[in-house]
Order: sequence, then C-alpha cells, then structure tokens
Amino acid sequence: MTDISRDDVQHLAQLSSLALSDQEIDDLRIDIGNILGYINQLSELDTTGVEPTYQVSGLENVWREDKIDDYGLGRDELLALAPESANGQIKVPKVL
Amino acid sequence: MTKIADYISKSARQNVLEAIKRANDKNEYHALLSLTEARALERADAVDRGEISGRLAGVPFVVKDNFLAFGAPTTAASRMLEGFKSPLQATAVEKLEAEGAICIGKANLDAFAHGGSTENSAFGPTLNAYDKTKVAGGSSGGSAVVTALDIVPFALGSDTGGSIRQPASFNGVVGVKPTYGTVSRYGVVAMASSTDTIGCFATDAADAELIMDIMAGKDDKDMTTLPNFFEPTAIKSGLKIGLIKDTMTDDVDADVRQVTSDYVARLKAAGHEVSDVAMPIAQHALAMYYIIVPAEVSSNLARYDGIRYGHRAEGVTSLAQLYGKSRDEGFVTENKRRIMIGSYVLSSGFFDAYYLQAQKARTLLINEFDKLFEEYDVLIGPTTPTPAFGLGENTADPVKMYLADIMTVPASLAGLPAISVPAGKSATGLPIGVQLVGPRRSDADLLALAKSMETA
Repeated sequence: MTDISRDDVQHLAQLSSLALSDQEIDDLRIDIGNILGYINQLSELDTTGVEPTYQVSGLENVWREDKIDDYGLGRDELLALAPESANGQIKVPKVL
Repeated sequence: MTKIADYISKSARQNVLEAIKRANDKNEYHALLSLTEARALERADAVDRGEISGRLAGVPFVVKDNFLAFGAPTTAASRMLEGFKSPLQATAVEKLEAEGAICIGKANLDAFAHGGSTENSAFGPTLNAYDKTKVAGGSSGGSAVVTALDIVPFALGSDTGGSIRQPASFNGVVGVKPTYGTVSRYGVVAMASSTDTIGCFATDAADAELIMDIMAGKDDKDMTTLPNFFEPTAIKSGLKIGLIKDTMTDDVDADVRQVTSDYVARLKAAGHEVSDVAMPIAQHALAMYYIIVPAEVSSNLARYDGIRYGHRAEGVTSLAQLYGKSRDEGFVTENKRRIMIGSYVLSSGFFDAYYLQAQKARTLLINEFDKLFEEYDVLIGPTTPTPAFGLGENTADPVKMYLADIMTVPASLAGLPAISVPAGKSATGLPIGVQLVGPRRSDADLLALAKSMETA
C-alpha cells in the first residue's frame, strides 16, 4: 500500500468537490492507499519512446453541419429537471 | 430458457403481462429497480393493433437503469439520480422500439456502473440467478439475472471493463461487448468514454446477433460511432484460435480452468486449431484500467453538481457547500473512490507517472493484441478467474473486487469485441463462461463461432 495522509485525502476531496465526513476520510485514506499500491506496478513497465493511446476507434475529424439541433428538447422541459428554478432560471445559493 | 422467437406472433399484451408477472414472482432477486408496466401495455396494444411492427414485434426486454428510457425514472442505481425522469430515450432503446420490442423494466446495477457485483447499488444488491448467497456480478448484474431467470429473452447492458461479460459468465447467459463504437451511447449515463460500450444479454448467440444487428450503426448524436459494419455471417471453418495461457495459471479456479479446457477440446473436435499463446502484458492491464477509467470517471461525473438536475443537498448556504454536500450524499463510496483516484492520477506532479504512463502502456497492450491477431482469428480464455463469489465476500477490499475484472479489461482498453458464452458449471453448480475475443469489427464472426459451438 502507498501511505497517504488525511490532508492528502482532504485535498483530493476538494479537487473532486466532495464534502466528506471524518469517518469517510479515514476509510478512503486506507482504500486509496491500497489502490495506489496496486496501480503503482505500472512504473515497472518500460514505455520509453511509446506514443500514448487516447482513443481506439481510429476515427479522425468527424464533421457535421454547423447547425443547431435541439434533439427535440425544449428549454422548459430541461429547466423542469432542475431541483430549484424561478423566472425561467435555475436557482442557486448566493455566489458572492 | 426462452428465445426471442418464442414471443413473436403472440399477443404482445399477453407477452408483457406474463413477463411482468414473472418479474414480480422473482422479486426476491432484486434484479429490477422499476417496472414500466403502463407504458409497456400501451405499446403492446399498439403492436397488437398492427400499428408497430418489426423483427421484435411484441418481444419484452429490460434495460440496465443507466439507459435513459421512458416509463420509469433512470437512476443509475444512485441517490444522485433517484426519481430522474428522462426527457429523451437512448438511441439503442429507440432502435429496438422501432422494431416493436417492448421495455418492461429497468435493471439494477452498481451505482453509475462502478463495480463488479451489483453490491454498489444504492438500492441494495441483486442476487445470483443460480445461488441466492452469491453475487450477480456487475455492473450489469440485474440485466444478466433477468435474462437467466427467463423473465425476458434479452436485456441491455453497458460494458466498460467487463460489466456485461462478467455477470453473463456468473449467470450462465450470453453477454456481448462489441467493438468500441459499434452501438451509439447517446442517452446512456457516461462512465469512461474511451472504453464505454453498449451490448446485450441473451439466452443464445443467435438472439444476441439479432439484437446487435438492430442496435449497431452510426448515430449523428454520438460522434464516436463507426459506420455500420455489423453483418451476421456464417461460421468459417478451421479457425486459428489462441488460448491465452496467462489466464490459465494456478491462481485461476480449478473448475474454471477445467470448463475452459473442455470448451477448447470441443473447438478442436469441431475442426478448429487451438494453440497456447502468451500475452505477458495482460498482467498489467488491470493497473492501466484502474488509472485510465477513474481519470475519465472523475471528468464524466463532474456534471453531477446538484444544479441542473439530480440530487441537491438541503440546508446549504454557499455554492461550494452545495456541490460538496450534494455529491457526498448522491454518490456511493465506490463512486467517490474512483473520482478521487481520478483526481489523483490527473493532478499536476502525478500526471506523467500515472495517466500518461497508463496511456503508453495501453499502446503496448494494443500492439500485443494486433500482433497476435496477425496469426490468430480468435483468442480464448475464461471470462473470470472464479465463478460467482459470495455476497459481501469482497466488499471490504476494493482491490480484491477489482481483480474480478482482470480477464475482461484487456479487450476494453484495446476496443476489441469480446463475448462471454456459457461453457459449463462448477462442482457446486455455478455457471462458468468462456470469453472469445477477436480483432476490431469481427463481432459477427465471434457470434457465428459461438452459435456453431452451441450445437457442436
């Protein structure tokens, strides 16, 4: 296992927008340490001069018309999915 | 088990009512999260009146609950999307409906398809169709179990690293993960975009072939789809098949090895040439997978922020709190593990050592597959290292849970078609599957081979 600290976990949680409880931080510290311990084996592999693979379909430059298609979905329908809305806008807590 | 043909030319209404009765009778397996009864009956009546016709007229099916589909909420088995009523349907579902198929319910899964046992569902696990003390496998556990229990003749799943093949193996049904890009992913909850694929469960390879034939093809709503290449085909004789010996080591369950060897013997008896091949890089595939996939997960799941749709936490006063608390409440532990591992491997200072190294290793894996396919038509091995494990057996140790994917992730990382076919049973009566893997776009050839072996 790879040793990571509670602070490391808290930093990762912040990067991930997760408000974890103290218990979750303790548990995830161990889990993440174990997972990193496993994936660290990849450093043994010699990849000098190897190009990375980002996609496997072989497709290149898939073009389409520069035309708006709403796929049959209207503004009101999508707005109705928001947990809170008012005056045709999505409502959120105070930002500033 | 029933076949699609058993439902054709019958009253669609009767088909639907009977399937829903079977679902209710087998409720204790917890394979389904919801039934879409009202909409299913409406569609059945339209089929019976002759308003909808096609190759699947009146045939009931089930979708994994990460497919957007009408008639019931799409939850991805998470609190985050609990009660989410989709305004649109997945292209795969639309294509099946256009052929007259009728969705009767939505199947359980690991929340957001993160897992290999369906125990990560926010609504409780699905039980194995053959032994209620064992896991269904996952993440498409519910879809595998409804097919194995004969509730419906086929079901849809998604496979990112084995999520169709592993539960198919655990429940004794056929599971198809196609070539990357074969079926549109529009309307399916995204997990890891460079390996996510849409496939199916069926009781035999011929039915799976029909479903893939209907679902395959280019979709303008998913720019990663390939121009349609899927064409059902006849079995070719005298195939050259490689048995991946790295999947037949002493670490692998003895019954699993025996069943695989028996299947290989049957392949030889059917006139195919089978020889051992080595794939040394396969031992690293799981480590690549658990770097690349969490990285993509952390990005894809960033959209669940409690703002536009999905769960929003109560009693928060700032935007940062709203994000953090909504996500903490809406995700299960495994979602959080993957998101945070993703954040870790992508963060500055670690990017080169993890993510970039994994994507380079992925190139080496693809090269090794390509080299083997210069000489062999098909590669074979067990689908999983063990038959279905016990409920709760691996939940305390995420790495142990991940190891159940070790034989299925290589094909996912390389974008290759792979299918799991039922091949036998363990001494205790649990199903065991073998996996057939082919070169990109050889999906129909794999299914032709599987079909021929069902009668061999």
